[in-house]
Amino acid sequence: MLNDLVQSALFLVAMTALAVLMGKWLTRVFMRKHHGLPERWTYGLLGIDPAEAMSWKRYGMALVLSNAPMILLGYFLLRIQDWLPFDSLLRAAQTPDLAFNTAASFVTNTNWQSYSGENSLSNFSQMAAITFLMVVSAATGVAACGGFIRGLSRRSTQDIGNYWVDFTRVVYRVLLPVCLLLALVYVWQGIPQTLSSEAVATTLEGVKQHIVMGPVASLESIKHIGTDGGGFFGMNSAHPFENPTPFTNTLHMLSMLLIPAALTYTFGSMLLRRRQGWAFFGAFVVMFIGFLAIVYSAEQHGNPLFTPLGVDQQQSTLQAGGNMEGKELRFGIGQTSLFVAVTTAGTTGSVNAMHDSLTPLGGLVPIAEMMLNNVFGGDGVGFINLITFAILTLFLLGMMIGRTPEFLGKKIEAREMKLVMLAVLAHPLCILAFTALAVSVPGTTDALNNSGPHGFSEVLYAYTSATANNGSAFGGLSTNTPFFNTTIGLAMLFGRFFTLLPMLAVAGALAAKKTTPEGLGTLPTATPLFTGLLVFVVVLVGGLTFFPALALGPIVEQLMLSSSHLF
Amino acid sequence: MTAINQTRGPGAPVSKGLLRPVLVSAVLFMGVTGLAYPLLTTGIAQMLFPDQSRGSLIERDGAPIGSAVIGQDFTKPQYFHPRPSATTGADPASSSQTIAQPYNAALSAGSNYGPTNKKLIDQVRARAQAYRTENGLAANSPVPVDAVTASASGLDPDISLANALAQAERVGRARGMPSLSVKALIGHESTPLQLGMLGEPRVNVLKLNLALDALAAQRPAQ
Repeated sequence: MLNDLVQSALFLVAMTALAVLMGKWLTRVFMRKHHGLPERWTYGLLGIDPAEAMSWKRYGMALVLSNAPMILLGYFLLRIQDWLPFDSLLRAAQTPDLAFNTAASFVTNTNWQSYSGENSLSNFSQMAAITFLMVVSAATGVAACGGFIRGLSRRSTQDIGNYWVDFTRVVYRVLLPVCLLLALVYVWQGIPQTLSSEAVATTLEGVKQHIVMGPVASLESIKHIGTDGGGFFGMNSAHPFENPTPFTNTLHMLSMLLIPAALTYTFGSMLLRRRQGWAFFGAFVVMFIGFLAIVYSAEQHGNPLFTPLGVDQQQSTLQAGGNMEGKELRFGIGQTSLFVAVTTAGTTGSVNAMHDSLTPLGGLVPIAEMMLNNVFGGDGVGFINLITFAILTLFLLGMMIGRTPEFLGKKIEAREMKLVMLAVLAHPLCILAFTALAVSVPGTTDALNNSGPHGFSEVLYAYTSATANNGSAFGGLSTNTPFFNTTIGLAMLFGRFFTLLPMLAVAGALAAKKTTPEGLGTLPTATPLFTGLLVFVVVLVGGLTFFPALALGPIVEQLMLSSSHLF
Repeated sequence: MTAINQTRGPGAPVSKGLLRPVLVSAVLFMGVTGLAYPLLTTGIAQMLFPDQSRGSLIERDGAPIGSAVIGQDFTKPQYFHPRPSATTGADPASSSQTIAQPYNAALSAGSNYGPTNKKLIDQVRARAQAYRTENGLAANSPVPVDAVTASASGLDPDISLANALAQAERVGRARGMPSLSVKALIGHESTPLQLGMLGEPRVNVLKLNLALDALAAQRPAQ
């Protein structure tokens, strides 16, 4: 218990320190005028003018259009996998619906996987399709956030920056150097990085063990730095080759929050409003600690149905105890709970335990974090989502005190509020409508791994994860069917672009406005009071929207568990 | 007055001139991030860490017997047994069927059973009974939770100290070793907290069993 608290506290301290460092670096990446040599070559090949100033429409257009051939290229590589040489395991190509799902999943930074990497993808696909899409989708998100913050920081202009410059710089100056360094640390700790596909061992008891491996470390580092989350192996970061030690587990978690947390600092720097950046960072942290406390206490308490069977779940010096079904021993409850809270906060979606086997309240935490979608959030988009709610909070407060809401010195008017509401509503609409559709089609019950309320949670989790671009799963659900592959693929695309594009439009609209000096009636937004109100609005809106769905799943399951009801 | 119009000419559509960068960027960044980056990492990693980069394989008498970080199955009484594993594999009798195949390192898997799933409770009950019988424990004695629950990956290389100590008596009996020296070996082979605080104390089953075999090789059978 004490050691778990120490680990969590140190994690938060390290995360904050790294956020400041990366925040300063990202500010330079977005603000510096100088272009490096590889960048100038890249601009030459792309045939673009790095000095071109883009309106939000053109910026968004470049973003969306550049993602399209990336999906197609990924799809194509996955479809022709079996024609490409070098795979000693001769893994088959993906089917059309599965390849669509995979490509859409990785390009939207979701990393939902309807397949198990080790028996479905060759090492070439893991690099050229998966690692590639992981890097570019993260760069897309961070670039979008750069354009977004620039829009907020400027006045009376159409210009929010140059998409190609932002994208290229994020890849060359942030993602690749950090990932390369981290990958080497990972290999040192025991993550393989090889082009051979497997090793065959004869165990001590004389059984043949086929050990699948490949270029895991280079995928693993971008997977977390990029808040992507798709595993090299089916069991993701629970697999000892993806996460061999508690130290790699800690690095994974720090990597996941690195960029999302840093962007609050970058925001503060670029707007010369440091306190505002910290006010947002505080909102992230408050929600995060609340969720972490719930999942940790639920999992450490264990499964009450095991107690009458004489199973010892007490924490002691000899064992970590707790609900160990679907968990790895080296992480215990402390590092597992922290990972659950981090991966669904950062919308990474990698898992180091099977979320399907979490206790009902423990499983509620990842679902709720993805429903709120802005407890840190994914690279770039999480911060954008928080601003969405900040504007909504100001609007509600403005209504209460009878003033025109102002944010960063700009008046929030009808057009901005409509766009904000579009972004706020697209997310729950997509989750709830697809869940309702899935539970009303006949084939769904066959896909479930658990019946009763837990089965409903599996479906709800799937669409929440897809829409929030998280990618983690209640893994028991068999989603490799044309229905699930298609609807989950669509949910990922809607969830990505219907929250991102309206907010780029908001940034564009705000950039075009004049700044009005703060007056007596201006509500200060860099105070603990505002942070508190912001958290309140996030939880209130999320609660009102999603409580009925949660009541049908984890909440009723918790009540059933207390009365020892089995399914 | 804005720079936008100066660059693209007045009234140009927002998508003008985007075709080339859109197409070239997909191919270019595939090459840079999908090929150059992982291949460069592979080259450096294999130079710096030749052992780990190839899967931390352990060899005995020149032949690989497993990986230091991947669990493997043990069923014989003279070895410590790992945690239950939910991995499956192709049925040798009929290739279209899958059967339970613990510690199949070619297809990781967890049970994904929810906490109120009847199958989970039945499994845990049966495993607890089998564990007590196997280790000669009393009918109502507590069983460490990691000994009766399947890990997330199905390849968990470790067990808890409580689990190892509960098996020590049986292993000692099967090997004709005093259980005290088996317990001392557990203490010696246990993995401490990393950096003094990260993770949980545990024992790597393969390393522990290798140490048992090495000890037996040193002392000729009595």
